[in-house]
Amino acid sequence: MTDLEEDSKIDAVDRVIIRFAGDSGDGMQLTGDRFTTASAIHGNDLATFPDYPAEIRAPAGSLAGVSAFQVQISDHDIMTPGDAPEVMVAMNPAALKSDLHLLTPGGTLIVNRDTFEERNLAKAGYDYNPLEEGEDLEGYRIISVPMTSLTKEACKDLGVKPRDAERSKNFFALGLVSWMYSRPTEPTFEWIDERFAGKEQIISANKAAFSAGHVYGESAELGDQRVVVKAAPLASGTYTNINGNTALSWGLIAASQLSDLPIFLGTYPITPASDILHELAKHKAFGVTTFQAEDEIAAVGAALGASYGGHLGITTTSGPGVALKSETMGLAISLELPLVVVNIQRGGPSTGLPTKTEAADLLMAMYGRHGESPLPIVAAQTPSECFFAAIEACRIAITHRTPVMLLSDGYLANGSEPWLLPDVDALEPINVEYATEFNHIGEDGEADYWPYLRDEKLVRSMAIPGTPDLMHRIGGIEKEDGSGNISYDPANHSRMVEIRAERIKRIDVPDVEVVGDPDAEVLIVGWGSTWGSITSALGRVRSSGHKVAHVHLTHLNPFPKNLEEVLKGRSHILVPEMNTGQLSLMLRAEYLVDAKPISKVAGQPFTAGELEQTILTYVEEKSTS
Amino acid sequence: MTDVMDSEAVPETSRADWQSDQEVRWCPGCGDYSILTALQLLLPDLGVRREKTVFISGIGCAARFPYYMNTYGMHSIHGRAPAIATGLALARPDLDIWVVGGDGDMLSIGGNHLIHALRRNTNINILLFNNQIYGLTKGQFSPTSEAGKITKSSPVGLISEPFNPISVALGAEASFVARSHDMDRKHLQEVFSRAHAHPGASFVEVYQNCNVFNDGAFAEITKKDSRDDMLINLIHGEPIQFGSERQFGVVQTADGVEIANVNEVGIESLLVHDETRSNPSTAFALSRLAKGPTEPTPVGVFRAAVREEYASAMSGQVMGVAEERGKGQLKDLLHSLPTWEV
Ligand code: SF4
Repeated sequence: MTDLEEDSKIDAVDRVIIRFAGDSGDGMQLTGDRFTTASAIHGNDLATFPDYPAEIRAPAGSLAGVSAFQVQISDHDIMTPGDAPEVMVAMNPAALKSDLHLLTPGGTLIVNRDTFEERNLAKAGYDYNPLEEGEDLEGYRIISVPMTSLTKEACKDLGVKPRDAERSKNFFALGLVSWMYSRPTEPTFEWIDERFAGKEQIISANKAAFSAGHVYGESAELGDQRVVVKAAPLASGTYTNINGNTALSWGLIAASQLSDLPIFLGTYPITPASDILHELAKHKAFGVTTFQAEDEIAAVGAALGASYGGHLGITTTSGPGVALKSETMGLAISLELPLVVVNIQRGGPSTGLPTKTEAADLLMAMYGRHGESPLPIVAAQTPSECFFAAIEACRIAITHRTPVMLLSDGYLANGSEPWLLPDVDALEPINVEYATEFNHIGEDGEADYWPYLRDEKLVRSMAIPGTPDLMHRIGGIEKEDGSGNISYDPANHSRMVEIRAERIKRIDVPDVEVVGDPDAEVLIVGWGSTWGSITSALGRVRSSGHKVAHVHLTHLNPFPKNLEEVLKGRSHILVPEMNTGQLSLMLRAEYLVDAKPISKVAGQPFTAGELEQTILTYVEEKSTS
Repeated sequence: MTDVMDSEAVPETSRADWQSDQEVRWCPGCGDYSILTALQLLLPDLGVRREKTVFISGIGCAARFPYYMNTYGMHSIHGRAPAIATGLALARPDLDIWVVGGDGDMLSIGGNHLIHALRRNTNINILLFNNQIYGLTKGQFSPTSEAGKITKSSPVGLISEPFNPISVALGAEASFVARSHDMDRKHLQEVFSRAHAHPGASFVEVYQNCNVFNDGAFAEITKKDSRDDMLINLIHGEPIQFGSERQFGVVQTADGVEIANVNEVGIESLLVHDETRSNPSTAFALSRLAKGPTEPTPVGVFRAAVREEYASAMSGQVMGVAEERGKGQLKDLLHSLPTWEV
């Protein structure tokens, strides 16, 4: 416990949700990220939600250019970045206009007063100054600070040009919020030194701005605003704060180490998946090859070529890219070669909402190819779980020689949470077996090699190029089971279609675990990134006296074997998903159960509050009907 | 392609060792047969191993090629062979990789992959069998069909201009660009063997007769009795000269090259062919000499320039980082962001 926490004058709160909002050029993501790290190191549990603008360079000060970062920090285990922020920093009128409605009634609003002048007000669509007139801010606690001028003032003796000094104003905001939440200054100073190494002027300006913000809190009689969020009683061990795309990249590297196959990433830049390319490109020391191809099709083609050569072929993309890759995925299904296709889902169709989240590619993953072309689907449920989901997708691809779709989404990709680092030595190795010898006796009595001879899981034999004597040809034309020779025989085609379906069914996937009230009549079935919101919402629903059970699927094809058992006998099955009911459709088709979707397609994740309300309304109606 | 240094000597092989057990199924009389034979006869002389050789193709008549080779092979999807081969070549620089396809496969649906494979200069041998027609889908015009051509899909005449594959390859920064034709096995083998020896992406256009849907497209230049006057054999270091009496030559002009009568201009003013020029402009001018295979047409190696090979540069980066920082450790990776203890 720090001195601050023992200071009896400072109130402790169990959790707080803070939103930093400003113009894209104001550095809000950096500020939010830095505050998150300081909180993580302090020992809080937390979850973040960076909310990027759709445009890369929207006009400064416009509504389209607002960039926000929301973080919930807490002294106990939490699953989401929270619903309504209690504290909001608005760096300009546009940020105020676009995000004020999110702030909880009675919440604290910190505004940079200097930006509330005519031009910026007009750009945000105000014909008055809400800090001085109107009723917009009624019911909130307003801390109106001239951040720009105070930052300039703090920097004036440092030899920094006023224009450059102004750029440090986000550090003023960070200093002020850090003071309010009793965060230590030292780690941030160290970080500034590291991050801006070699740029002495920027270092001194940022530090001066940060200190000025801190001092402002101290001296401006904001004493009653100061609170502390104590460390959360998390399981002991080493933690790091991680977002989904980084965890996923590391999971791919882990799978490469566990299988001893070098990673070959064939990819094409696309939001929100590109960060996986950036992350993997940094890790050549792990034998990682990253190939930025001419298009999505070449990206997956190259990955498949590398798989054929005995590497771990991976391609990363988002929905529109998956559409382009679907023909090659069909080829991989026909060739029965390992391939991992990572889809970081975003709002669609078409370009849709590239920077906003949605999980509406489940049916595309399941059925979005020509012909009968089943493949396994794995979905991650939290940012840190992306690590394990990536290993699982690679394990299935490698051991079952099949393309696998790994689903994540924009919310998981960019959101972060503290992660108790796993013991890497305890991760299970992935067994890779390539054929090196003849496996068949031909009609002439001579030994030969048949690439489509199968084991009991229906996994075919695979000899990689370079293996002496086992030369053979594979292709997308239908082939005879066993020999792999081209075959247009009707009975053989039926048999191959059956085999391709059956071999996916034979993949071992772990049973689902029922949490909450296991015997409840109401069952919530979730998949993917809704886990946090569902878990938080159900906690509240159950504490108001209702019985509800929850299962969360990470394997969507094949479904866990016990799922049928779990669904059977429930009176009510609700499926919250960020689409218009794709999993519920699959459950209905597979199990003939009355699964009802709870849909959200707004480019934003479910809040725990809205799920709580929907589920409560449902269970209450049900008990009165 | 450079040969892999194997510790053991490469075993002697014959044509039969390179033939698969699959029945060859092109139309009787198709030019593809002679190209297949030329390559199967050549491979035993290249000092390479069958198990280290891979043929990758897309879709089309030409794309059946891998099935007939007793090597590793993949018959993939329309247009994508250069992309798949690039991934394989990057993963496995020890392999000898050939890509085989037609004009529709590689210049239409797969045009993007072809130009980028050539631009990157990954060590693969790309053989484009140009028959100026779609064969497998039974006779539609292709991106190399001549304007005005009557086909099933252009019954009143094709409106668009064709690609010149050699110009396309040169424009795509290809480091090795050559042309041959299906009527001259020796020439085919010379060109294939040069392409194979080239360290980087090599591009060979082969004029191939589709006797079913576009018979005789190249006959004016490839027929035995007209070859001397219609084919201009490019030989590195020699003046470009052709004709039954070697009476014609190629001279440089202000805006390209043109054919001249040797007696009129003198042999010393003929253009001396230099494959290795780093500037591809002269090679490009040569590629424009004939508007189509009805005029005197250059064959042989247009360009064989030295450029960094992509796969070795890529693996150099990967190995360089591993050497500099040591082999990656998963545990260190997981601890690479700020951590804290609880
Ligand atoms: S259609 Fe033409 S190219 Fe195709 S196999 Fe027949 S002759 Fe050859």
